Amino acid sequence: MNELIIALVGQPNVGKSMLINSIADARLKVGNFSGVTVEKAEVNFSAQGHSIKIVDLPGTYSLNDYTQDERVTKDFLQNEHYDLIINVVDATNLERNLYLTTQLLELGKKMIVALNMMDEAHKEGQCIDHEQLSSILGVPCVKVSAATKRGIGKLLNRAIDVSLFPLEKSKLIYSDVVEEEIGKLASFLDRKHYASRLSSREIALRLLQEDTATYRKMHEEPIWVELSSFLKEALEHLYVHYETKDVAEIFAEERAAFAKGAVVETLSCKKCTSQTLTQKIDAVLIHPVYGIPIFFFLMWSLFQLTFTLGSIPMDWIDAFFVALGNYAKTVFGEGELGSIIADGAISGVGAVVMFLPNIVILFLGIALLETTGYMARVAFLLDGFFHRFGLHGKSFIPLVTGFGCSVPAYMSARTLKNDKDRLITLFIIGFMSCGAKLPVYVLFAGAFFGQEHAGNALFAIYLAGAFIGLLAAKFLKRFVFKGADEPFVMEMPKYRLPSLKLIWHTVVSKAIMYLQKAGTFILAASLLIWFASNYPKYPDLEASFDQKIEQASDEALKVEYENEKSKVLLEKSFLGKIGKSTDWLFTPLGFDWKMTVALESGLAAKEVVVSTLGVLYALGSGVDEGNESLIAELQKQIPLASAVSFMIFVMFYLPCLAASIVFTKESGGYKYLAYLFVFTTIIAWVLAFIGYRVTLLFS
Amino acid sequence: MKALSDLNAGEKGKVKKIDAEGELKQRLFSLGLRKGSLLEVKAMSMAKSTMEIEVGTTLLALRFEEAKRIGIETL
Repeated sequence: MNELIIALVGQPNVGKSMLINSIADARLKVGNFSGVTVEKAEVNFSAQGHSIKIVDLPGTYSLNDYTQDERVTKDFLQNEHYDLIINVVDATNLERNLYLTTQLLELGKKMIVALNMMDEAHKEGQCIDHEQLSSILGVPCVKVSAATKRGIGKLLNRAIDVSLFPLEKSKLIYSDVVEEEIGKLASFLDRKHYASRLSSREIALRLLQEDTATYRKMHEEPIWVELSSFLKEALEHLYVHYETKDVAEIFAEERAAFAKGAVVETLSCKKCTSQTLTQKIDAVLIHPVYGIPIFFFLMWSLFQLTFTLGSIPMDWIDAFFVALGNYAKTVFGEGELGSIIADGAISGVGAVVMFLPNIVILFLGIALLETTGYMARVAFLLDGFFHRFGLHGKSFIPLVTGFGCSVPAYMSARTLKNDKDRLITLFIIGFMSCGAKLPVYVLFAGAFFGQEHAGNALFAIYLAGAFIGLLAAKFLKRFVFKGADEPFVMEMPKYRLPSLKLIWHTVVSKAIMYLQKAGTFILAASLLIWFASNYPKYPDLEASFDQKIEQASDEALKVEYENEKSKVLLEKSFLGKIGKSTDWLFTPLGFDWKMTVALESGLAAKEVVVSTLGVLYALGSGVDEGNESLIAELQKQIPLASAVSFMIFVMFYLPCLAASIVFTKESGGYKYLAYLFVFTTIIAWVLAFIGYRVTLLFS
Repeated sequence: MKALSDLNAGEKGKVKKIDAEGELKQRLFSLGLRKGSLLEVKAMSMAKSTMEIEVGTTLLALRFEEAKRIGIETL
């Protein structure tokens, strides 16, 4: 049996991803603002003996080329192979949604309309005659609710049915004026026996709509000479009738009229109470005076929660890994094997796993912001402010996503239409500290600012990062990416209570990804760091130290020699050599070579910064201090000013390898990555230097 | 004729003219804002930089610069 490929298309916020979740139990991310599905996502499963592939396309209001993700959807629908379109429609906002449906009907493909959120429409007192709608559109309409999972089976059955039968032409009919011109052009093409993959009607329609690709193709055909004069005449007729020379506007009006007509004939409202709840909430959340303070309070609470709530299980996890490391040493001995397992693998991975609770809370918060519809309100509130810094209100979405992870943040910048706005946003996303930098901050804030101030310190770090990001944006707009502003036109979706299941899925999949990374990439990096810090061996040196230790008269002297031995050996290792050869770059910032190495290894992934510190300071510590935690170790070995400058450097320097690759792809070239490297390194270095000097003055 | 930006929160109007180029116009169309649509201004942000309007069943956020280009007949 052949694979059935279904393209899932709909406007933003109609519940497409949620529908896929209901159909296939897949773990896709869903957000209640535009731009969550930025890349087409695919889900494979089988039903009734058919193997089915659903392609979830980015939400789009119409099939124009307005933003980059609209382009992704349009290109897929026009050029790729698929068997069937499922057009997901928000039943509570039928007229606007049908606008896109009319454009999809013009594609002449097999299609089903899924009337989603029927439960909500019922609550609002709306009745939709879906059979009548089916006969108007000429394609089956199925009532579903992704949230309550009703109608999902039926939708799937209809999809399979429709795919098995030959295509029935849709019934999208335009006004008499347009139909007449289509008829004339089509009959000319027929008379000429012009053969094409498309029907004469479709070609005629696309020509009237001034579709560039169709023009390019027809331009190379011999019949173009004659066709062009017919076309010119047809367009003149339309211009006169519609009093405009904008074909796009003419067809927009046509589609809108069709959608309106369809709604009038199918929708009956018993009691239209729509949106009252949303408007009541909006009265508070986007209040001209309280709106912004409320937003800051919510963000502050999130970071407080991240630290205070997160620190409870953190202590347990930390204690567990310390105990595990000690146990490993008793099992495998104090030799090489024991050391590689306890000091390499366990302390490296443990240092990263320790921060799982913080990561989960942060992602939970961001997921809540996304799915409730609050994110769009914040864009509304902040646009005026952002605009002054050369950013767009919509930049807020990638920027907040950047607090979670830069990779999706870079991708969601695609919702920005203007290339320059997008580049500026891409350049400063890295300043919004991502989840992987959180361990570094939590570790240092906990070690140097004490438990009671750590939450505030954390909030201040994120705020300062964002603020410097804004200044950097202003600088870029002023001197580098000059140009016109993008208009700010954005839908404010209804507030929706996120489904618990969905939030759960999002958070769990993030946690699993984090642990997987800890178990694979971080583990490998920890082992590498361990190796590089233990080799090459210096038997003579070790022997001379051992001799000293044996001859030492009292215990204190012994410990001192032990410490000196591990310190000297570490400095002479590969890692020590690397750190020492580059630490002249960082000495003005107050870093020792261990911090330098940790920073450099952080270029691969920010979690590695912490795991490297974990390995280095576990090894560097004397034998009798082996069971002390990393926090205590840092307090002992790093002065406050160096810690501050280290945190500042981590805030601003180049994002991890994976993010850098995505950045290159989204910005359009390695050239930009080189700029980003120079830009971020200079900012990080200068600010860290200032931070170091200022802290020295005050401490 | 007034511009949309002249309206205050709570005022209603009918769109008379949209003075925008191709893409922005298309975007406004697909969001339901076109000649003849009825709208109501719902809220303004603090520095009068953005406004929230209701068109049909859709809530839209617009910058004042864009709202200046939309001609309105007040109702």
